Amino acid sequence: MEFLRPVSLGEALEMKAARPEAVPIAGGTDVMVELNFDHRRPAALLDLTRVAELAEWSRDDSVVTFGAALPYTRLINELGTDLPGLAIASRTVGSPQIRNRGTVGGNLGAASPAGDTHPVLLASDAVVEVASARGTRSIPASEFYLGVKRNALEPDELITSIRLPKATGPQQFAKVGTRNAMVIAVCSFAISLHPNESRAGAAIGSAAPTPRRVRQAEDFLTEVLDWESPQALPDSAKRRFGELVASAAEPIDDVRGSAAYRKHALAVLARRALGWAWDAYREGERSCA
Amino acid sequence: MTTTVATQGGIGTNAQRPDGALKARGEFAYSSDLWHEDMVWGVTLRSPHPYARITSIDITEALRVPGVQAVLTHEDVPGTNIYGLEHPDQPVLAEDVVRYQGEPVALVAADHPETARRAMKRIEVAYEVLPPVVNTEDAAHGRAEPLHPNGNVVRHVKVRHGPQDVRADVVVTGEYEVGMQDQAFLGPESGLAVPADDGSVDLYIATQWLHADQRQIAVALGLPPEKVRLTLSGVGGAFGGREDLSMQVHACMLALRTGKPVKMVYNREESFYGHVHRHPARMYYEHGATRNGKIVYVKARIYLDGGAYASSTGAVVANAATLGVGPYDVPSVTVDCWGVYTNNPPCGAMRGFGAVQAAFAYESQMDRLADAVGLDPVEVRIRNAMSEGAVMPTGQVVDSPAPVVELLTLVRDKPLPAKGNDLTDMPGGVSNTTHGEGVVRGVGYGVSIKNVGFSDSFDDYSTVRVRLSVIGGQAVASVHTAAVEVGQGLVTVLQQITRTELGVDVVTIEPMDTSIGDAGSTSASRQTYVTGGALRAACAAVRAALFERIGHTDLPLDHDKIVEVLGTDVIDEVVEWRHRPTYRLDPETGQGNAHVQYAFAAHRAVVDVDVELGLVKVVELVCAQDVGKAINPEAVLGQIQGGTAQGLGLAVMEEIQLADGKIRNPSFTDYLIPTVLDMPPMVIDVLERPDPHAPYGLRGVGEPPTISSTPAIVAAIRAATGMALTRVPVRPEHITETS
Amino acid sequence: MTPQRSAYTRRTVLKSTAAATAVTHLTSAPAIADDGGTSEITLSVNGQRHRVAVEPRVTLLDALRERLGLTGTKKGCDRGECGACTVLVDGERIKSCLTLAVMRQGAEITTVEGLARGEELHPVQEAFIRRDAFQCGACTPGQIMSAVACINEGHTGSEAEIREWMSGNLCRCAAYQNIVAAVADAAKETPR
Repeated sequence: MEFLRPVSLGEALEMKAARPEAVPIAGGTDVMVELNFDHRRPAALLDLTRVAELAEWSRDDSVVTFGAALPYTRLINELGTDLPGLAIASRTVGSPQIRNRGTVGGNLGAASPAGDTHPVLLASDAVVEVASARGTRSIPASEFYLGVKRNALEPDELITSIRLPKATGPQQFAKVGTRNAMVIAVCSFAISLHPNESRAGAAIGSAAPTPRRVRQAEDFLTEVLDWESPQALPDSAKRRFGELVASAAEPIDDVRGSAAYRKHALAVLARRALGWAWDAYREGERSCA
Repeated sequence: MTTTVATQGGIGTNAQRPDGALKARGEFAYSSDLWHEDMVWGVTLRSPHPYARITSIDITEALRVPGVQAVLTHEDVPGTNIYGLEHPDQPVLAEDVVRYQGEPVALVAADHPETARRAMKRIEVAYEVLPPVVNTEDAAHGRAEPLHPNGNVVRHVKVRHGPQDVRADVVVTGEYEVGMQDQAFLGPESGLAVPADDGSVDLYIATQWLHADQRQIAVALGLPPEKVRLTLSGVGGAFGGREDLSMQVHACMLALRTGKPVKMVYNREESFYGHVHRHPARMYYEHGATRNGKIVYVKARIYLDGGAYASSTGAVVANAATLGVGPYDVPSVTVDCWGVYTNNPPCGAMRGFGAVQAAFAYESQMDRLADAVGLDPVEVRIRNAMSEGAVMPTGQVVDSPAPVVELLTLVRDKPLPAKGNDLTDMPGGVSNTTHGEGVVRGVGYGVSIKNVGFSDSFDDYSTVRVRLSVIGGQAVASVHTAAVEVGQGLVTVLQQITRTELGVDVVTIEPMDTSIGDAGSTSASRQTYVTGGALRAACAAVRAALFERIGHTDLPLDHDKIVEVLGTDVIDEVVEWRHRPTYRLDPETGQGNAHVQYAFAAHRAVVDVDVELGLVKVVELVCAQDVGKAINPEAVLGQIQGGTAQGLGLAVMEEIQLADGKIRNPSFTDYLIPTVLDMPPMVIDVLERPDPHAPYGLRGVGEPPTISSTPAIVAAIRAATGMALTRVPVRPEHITETS
Repeated sequence: MTPQRSAYTRRTVLKSTAAATAVTHLTSAPAIADDGGTSEITLSVNGQRHRVAVEPRVTLLDALRERLGLTGTKKGCDRGECGACTVLVDGERIKSCLTLAVMRQGAEITTVEGLARGEELHPVQEAFIRRDAFQCGACTPGQIMSAVACINEGHTGSEAEIREWMSGNLCRCAAYQNIVAAVADAAKETPR
C-alpha cells in the first residue's frame, strides 16, 4: 500500500488524478475500521490531513463554507451558531475522541446511509463542492447520494468543502440509538425551517439505501404552515407530517433495528422535531414583534 | 488467647489495591503486552460454518508463504485431541466435523502477525455444509440430529420438593426468554508460550483458573502436568469468559513445534468466537398461590442452550434448577432444567451462572403474582421471602442469615429520585429524541439468590503459602497462591487478611502460577471465601510456628516482637483448605445439600421510558446486599456497581444476535455494553450478617447484584409501559410492538 | 504506606518465573511483512523522538505498542468503540486505533506513560487510584488520557457534563461512578 501525502489541494488533486484508486483519508474514523479488519486493501491512501485549506472555513452574510476535513469538534465550537442543525447532529457522532478527528467530508465520502450529518445537509440545502485536476463541481446534497455507500464522486474527484446557507430559522435533528452514547443511528431525522422562503426542508437517515429528503412531507408543510402569523400546529398536522415522513422510508431489518420500528420511530421523531422547530419559530416571531 | 495488633490496611479497611499505581501508569503487564525476543505470532483459522463435515484440509500453499514457521492441524495435536472444563468433548482442532461458527480448524505461526494471517487465508478447507441444529427444545427432546455420541442433552436436572401436583386458588403462568449475553471483557484473549529445551513449555496467560488450564493443556499436549507451567499475566477482565481454554493449547503447540516463543492475541471480532457466552434460555413457569399471595407451588421447565460443546453447562443447569424458584419459601417445587447441545456458539460461565436466567423468570412471575392478588410487588415478595432456617427446593436447610425481607425493605424505603430536565437526563440523551414527550417513569424490584463456591460434591479447595521473614529490620510476609486476580481485588484482600492475621504491614503477593497447588477458579464469587480461608489458615500456621519459638501464646503479636523472635529465620507454611463438603444432587429428585453458602441482593430500579420510541433511561439503581463481612468495603461497592451494570446491559441492550447459528454482531459497534451515560449513580446498602460457617463470616459478593438488577429494571419498564415484556434484552421494538 | 513489590511489570512477569525462561528485552519488531515496503518515520512520543520503520497500514496504536514498546495504550476493539487506545495528539484526545502512524509525524503524542514525572503521578492518575476508579484496569490508560483532555477542555462543570464528555470510554467492570468522582477531583486540582 502506498501512502500519499500532499501538502496542498493542487497536489492532492494531481495525485488523485494519477491514482484514482487511492482512498482519501482524513479523520480516519471510517476508513481505518475497514483497514483494521482487512475488509479493504487499497493500493494507495491519500492523506488529506496536511492540506490546510481543507480544514478551513469562511462565511459571509448568508453562507457558510467549511472544508471537508474540518473536525466535528471545531464545527460545533466555531460554526454551531450559524449551523445549529449540523451542531446537534455532530454532537451525536461517536465520542469526544471521534469528534476530534471525524469530519463531514468523511461522512460524505463514506456515504453510509447511517451517517449522522446527512439528513441535516439534505434538509439545509447543502452543496458539496468537489474538485479534480479537471476542475470543480458543485453537487447539491440531494443529488450526492446514489446508493448504499455510493456517492456522485468521479474516481479522480475529492470533496473539498461543504456550503450551507446560514440558518434563517430553527433547525432540529434527532437520532434513535439503543444506547445513550457512542451509537450508530437506528434511524434519524432532520428538519430546517427556511422562513425567508416560507418552506421547510426535511430528511431521514438510516431508513433507506441512501439518506433522503422527504419531499411529500416538505410539501405538506408548505401547505399547512402560516409563516406570516404563525399559529400553534394542531396535533393532527404534526401527526400527518410524521406519517408522510415515515412513508418516504424504505428501511431494512438488521441487527440495529427492524424495518417496522424504523418507520414507526421516524414518524415519532418527525412529529416531535417539527413541533420543537415550529414552536421555536413562533417564539422567535413573537419576541421580534 | 492469641491476638494480633491491628495494623493499617487490615480487614474491614479500604486498603488500596497493590496493582493500582501500575495500572494507572500503564505499566501493568496484561497478557497482550508480553514480548519475548525471537517470538513469533500465532493465528487461528476458524470454521465459517455452524455445522459442516470437513472433507479435506490442504496447507500446502500456506506453508509456502515466506516467514511462516508452522501450519498445524488436528493431525499435529501431540496428545489427546479433546478437552473440556467439566466434560471433555471439544477438539483442540477440528477433525472431521465442525459444530459451531468459529471453531478452530488450523493454526499458523509466522514471524509477523500479518504474514500469519495471510498464510492462514491460503489454507484450503473443504466443507460439506450441514443444516445446523439451533432449536433448544428440539435438542432437549430428541427431535434433532444428535451432535455428540450420547445425544444432545448435556444434563437434565429434576427438582421434586414437597407434595407434587398440588392446586392453588391463584395461578399465574409465563413464558420467558433470555438472549445470549457476552462477557465482553475489555482485554481480548492473549497469551505467550515459551518452549524449553527439555520439551516442556511455559505459558503466560490471562485466565481464571491456572490449574484447570494446566490439566487440560497437558492432556492435549501429551505431557505430564509438571511440564506445562502456567504463570498468570495481567487479566483485562474475565466475568466467566476465561474459565474455558481459548488459545492455551494452540500457543503451546506452536511453541513446541517451532521451538520459539509464540504470542497469540485475538482481536475483538475473534474474541466473540473465542470464548463461551451466557446460556440463552427459554423458560416456562407456573406459580400457584393463595389469594393472600402466599406461594403454594412452583412448576418450571427451563431450557438452556449450551451450544456446540459442554463447557460448564452441567453446573449452570444445576444452578438454574436448584435456585430456580428464587429466595422464597415454596412448599411444592417441580423444576426440570435441560442444558443441551446445538450448533450455536458454546455457552458456559458468566457472572451469575444459571441464576441470572432463572431470576428473570421467577421475578417476572412474582410481579405477575402481585398483580393477580392485588399486592404491591415488594409486599408479595416479603410475604414469601425466605429467612434463616428455610428449606431450599433441594431439601437443604439455609443455615446462615438470609435477610431477604430486610434487603427488600431497605431498597423500597429509599427516597425516589427527582425528574431531570436536561437533555442528558432524557431517554436518548443528546441524540435529542425527546424533550419530555412520551416519557413515563416506572419503578421495579428484583431480589436474587446465588450459591457461593463450587457445589454438587465438587472438591472445592485452595492452596496458599505464607512466608514470614525479616528483611532489613522489617517483618515481611509473602503470599503465594494460584488464585487468579482478574481485577476484582483479590490481591488487596490477601494483603489485608495477612496484615490482620500476622500484624505485619509489608505483605508481598507473589506472581500467581502453577508452581504451587490448585486454588480453584476465580468464579462463583468464591476466592475471598476459599483462598481467603486458606490464607487465614496458613497465617494461623505461621503464627503457631512463631509462638512455638516464643514458648507461650499469651502476648500480643506485633511487628517488633516478630522481628525479635524471628531473627534470620524464615517461617514457611503451605496450607490446603476446604470449605465444608457439598453433596451430589439426587438425579431423580434433585435433593441434597448441594451448596455451601447462599448470597442475596435486592435492587430497586427507577427508569424513564419514552413509551412512543421504546427508549429507556435507567435513572437510578438502589441495591442492598448482605456480604457477611466486608473485607474491603470500597471493593465491595465496586463489585456491586459492576455486577449491577452487567445486569443492566442484559436488561436493555446486550445480546449476541444469531441467525442459523451465526453471530450477526461480533463487534463493539453492534454488541453494545453500557457507557457511563447508561449506568446511573447507585445508592448502595451493604449489610454484614456473618455466616458462622465462613471465614470472617464473609459471603461472596460478585454475582448476586448481576442477578437482581435485570429483573428490577425490566419490572420498572413494565411499570412504565404496562407491557408484559417477557424477553431480555428489552428492545425498542418490544415496547413499541414493531418487531 | 508500605512499599509494594510490583510483581506485574512487563519485565518482571517473565523474569520472575521458571528459571529456564530467558530474560526478555524490549526490542523492536522484525521488519514488517508487507506488500509495499516500509517507510522510516519519526514519532515524537512523550517528549522523545523515535525513528521507526513502519508499513503505511500500521496504526498509531500498533506503532506505540509493538514498535516502541509503549504497551500502556490498550487495544480493545480495533474500531474506535471502546476508547482503551485514547492518546493525546498535540493535546487533543484521539483514538489511536483509528489513525495511521505515518499520519502523525511531526505531532506531539502523549501516552499514559508520559503523564507521571518520575515517581510523581499526574493528578488524574492519583485521583483514579484514590477513588478506586478501576478494577481490571484494561480501560484505565484510555480513561485517564480521556480524563486529562476532558479537564483541559473544561468539560467538568458538573457530574452530568463529565459523564457526557467521558462517554467515549467503556469500562466493563463499570467503575463509572468512581471514574466520574476521580475526574471531578482531579479537575479541582488542575489549574487551567
